[in-house]
Amino acid sequence: MIVIVIAVILLVAALILTVLQERGTTGSSPIIGGAPRGMRAISLPPSVRSAQGPRFWTEAYWAANWKTLLQRFSIFIAYALLLLAFALASPAFFTWSNHTNVWFSTAAIVVMSLGLILPLTSGDFDLSIASVMVLSAMMVAALNVWQGWPVGLAILAALAAGALVGAVNAFFIVYFRIHSLIVTLGVGTLINGVVIWFSKSNTISNVSFDLAAAMYERVFLKVPNNVWYTVIVAFALWYFLEYTAPGRRLLFVGRGREVARLAGIRVDRVRAGSLIACSMIAALAGVMYVGMTGSAEPINARAFVLPAFAGAFLGATCIYPGRFNPWGTLIGLYFLATGVNGLSLVGLPSFIQDLFYGGGLVIAVTLSQIVLKRQQQNF
Amino acid sequence: MVPSNVATETKTGTSKADVPALVFRHLSKSFGGAKALDDVEFHVDRGEVHGLLGQNGSGKSTLIKVLAGYHDPDNGELEIYGRRIPLPLVPGEYLKYGLGFVHQNLGLVPSLTVLENLIAGALATKARWYIDWRAEAERALETFARFRLDFDPDAIVGALPQVQQALLAIVRAFEEIRAGAAEHGTPGILILDEPTPFLPREGVERLFELIRDIVSHGASVVFVSHDVDEVMEITDRATVLRDGKVAGVIGTKGAERNDFIEKIIGRRIDLFTTERVDRSASEVTAHVAGLTGGPIANLDLVVHRGEVVGLTGLIGSGYEHVPYLMFGARPASGGTLALNGLLLSLPAMNPYWAVQLGIALLPGDRQGASGVGTLPIEDNVTLPVLDWFRRGLGLERRGMRAGAAALGQAYEVRPNRPDLNLDSLSGGNQQKVLLAKWMQSNPDLLLLDEPTQGVDVGARQAVFKAVRAAADQGLAVICASSDHEQLAAICDRVLVFARGRVVSELTGNNVTKDRITEQCYASATLQG
Repeated sequence: MIVIVIAVILLVAALILTVLQERGTTGSSPIIGGAPRGMRAISLPPSVRSAQGPRFWTEAYWAANWKTLLQRFSIFIAYALLLLAFALASPAFFTWSNHTNVWFSTAAIVVMSLGLILPLTSGDFDLSIASVMVLSAMMVAALNVWQGWPVGLAILAALAAGALVGAVNAFFIVYFRIHSLIVTLGVGTLINGVVIWFSKSNTISNVSFDLAAAMYERVFLKVPNNVWYTVIVAFALWYFLEYTAPGRRLLFVGRGREVARLAGIRVDRVRAGSLIACSMIAALAGVMYVGMTGSAEPINARAFVLPAFAGAFLGATCIYPGRFNPWGTLIGLYFLATGVNGLSLVGLPSFIQDLFYGGGLVIAVTLSQIVLKRQQQNF
Repeated sequence: MVPSNVATETKTGTSKADVPALVFRHLSKSFGGAKALDDVEFHVDRGEVHGLLGQNGSGKSTLIKVLAGYHDPDNGELEIYGRRIPLPLVPGEYLKYGLGFVHQNLGLVPSLTVLENLIAGALATKARWYIDWRAEAERALETFARFRLDFDPDAIVGALPQVQQALLAIVRAFEEIRAGAAEHGTPGILILDEPTPFLPREGVERLFELIRDIVSHGASVVFVSHDVDEVMEITDRATVLRDGKVAGVIGTKGAERNDFIEKIIGRRIDLFTTERVDRSASEVTAHVAGLTGGPIANLDLVVHRGEVVGLTGLIGSGYEHVPYLMFGARPASGGTLALNGLLLSLPAMNPYWAVQLGIALLPGDRQGASGVGTLPIEDNVTLPVLDWFRRGLGLERRGMRAGAAALGQAYEVRPNRPDLNLDSLSGGNQQKVLLAKWMQSNPDLLLLDEPTQGVDVGARQAVFKAVRAAADQGLAVICASSDHEQLAAICDRVLVFARGRVVSELTGNNVTKDRITEQCYASATLQG
């Protein structure tokens, strides 16, 4: 069932992003009279061989690209070193079940962080994602347990709420031209308050068992299903950003807003679309969260913000360095979570999580800046 | 006395008054093979207003940037009041040598008050734990009174007229020099880098009064400009640069206007020539009526099929706004555009519709508005035409690369590697890519803004050829440019602007570089 939900939400998110950008939608036209004299002829250029760099897999290729490749896949080297270090330090660490448990409990944050890539790519921050995640989790639990709604319907309501928050963010950011940091910080805090208010600070447990099962069952390779969901979302985002026209436009809106505008892209709609899609994906993360824990508590969402941003920025230092990218984010977050797990198994107290996520973010981004010789950061 | 820890004294024997304020000798600087400055000598005397003249790309701004510490010259010596100053200068330390700069953008913070802007420099460099605002305000008023200026220290700078802002920036720079000069006993040198283009005529007068006041205090002023009349009016001597070399040093008194213009323009061979055809009989592609917006007032403009129309004027005349207003990239307050049988309201125009209606704009700001340097060429080129490469749900990336490569070949982009980032190409090749980006969609009307700024000679010819070839196929082109050689090379007709209006139209054999330049200067004088 949850696979269907993920598919639906990704489709809806993609539709919002696309429909908002495409032609033919409403918008005031400057045409005040006359009739067009037929369509302009557009010809596709013939395909021609371009001068290429060295061929893949040859020695010259490695000689020319080893630095880039090293940076792209440095995260795997770091991951391997981490595994090695903790395997030596703690016998409990290097087991399959330990790792799958770490991945399992990180999956919701991974999805949230993946959604965050969209507005970051189009040049906006969204600090409200963690609040949307908690809101969504609480809505699913409250509607399902307190109101007796079927869990599927509760999920749809939560996703709709996510989209609504995204639309509110977009309205203030795009229409009133307020900086996204301010708007989403405010909206996020406001949602926190709303959640505590309507739940009266109660934790809601006994959420539908179906949802929990959809998360922890291990259908494939003995990895919990929810980890596969993160892979599905990452794949969908990667495809969207790399292989679709709306994804390309997103990138140009983020890197060169004026360039995009003068190329005829409706920049405001692109930004609004990415903010709404991001909030919906954060709501999906909330659905996963409530399934993973079987209950929802109106906790302060702020604790989730930093890991999500750390994942997105750490992800931008690898796989496709210099760009927010889903695979880098996915691997980066699992890497950070594994590190935290290792440190706690060695016996370090729980504040180590903050040290690791916060420090890890700054150190990782610094290392990549050293490789790039301290150029201006331009994601 | 001169502090000896900064530099060594070279001319201890000479009396102070004989020592020139600023001397550059054998100054050279090249950028990737192109010589921006070639063995330049530059003398500024004490108490003198010294003009620095030249066209775009003549080396004026490179020289100024060496002084400001932005550029490290390849070769050269610098003396300031007889002191040998080691090159390169440290950026931001020019005050130590008694130099002050006012750049065209003035460097004021518009949202702060006059007083805050005035003491910004002191606040930035000195650790002060208490600011006595009342005393500061009194001191500011005294300063303003000394220059016969009437400023309210609490006024917000952004709300002041342009002239007042320029005067404030100059007074501030001079006060900073004076503070520095008091320490080492030299009167200081103020460098004004194109301060006048955006000022109305009365404003220029007021500015010149201020310059005279400053010189009467013993300081020297370097006045950088492209405007011959202003240089003749305010300077004592002027150095003219051309192609990185000193074309001549002219004593202003007794010099003729033509002496300057000859030195500025020099003689150069026109590489690309076009056979000018009178297209006034052919079909009208675009008809602009009553365009108003920014500095442009009530402009009427007709472009025929296959015609290249140039727009030019001196800086501040407003011609460069026309392409953006027509494209809807900047808001117009009135006017219509008849294009392809459609009547369009220009205030309602926006870039999205412009592209849909077959208009293309190649902006002058290559990095900020035209292309994204940190993204690959193939992505930049295919941005406006992504729909061509749509296959099912996604994009055909291989087709995009092949398409970009084909365009690259047609426009002679070197190296033709669509996978590289745009900014790994030279300026000229970037411009070829960006021109190709718009030409591929076969627009009816092409709007260009400074299409060959910062572009090498070879690429210039490629851009000219492409524009001319497209025009011969029926494309209508509007080209806003301050480069008169370029206009002469590609345009059928040139409109010269002053104060937001067309003041002169050149057609047929009159479209030559010298005629265009002459009309620009003539029109400015007429308006003044």
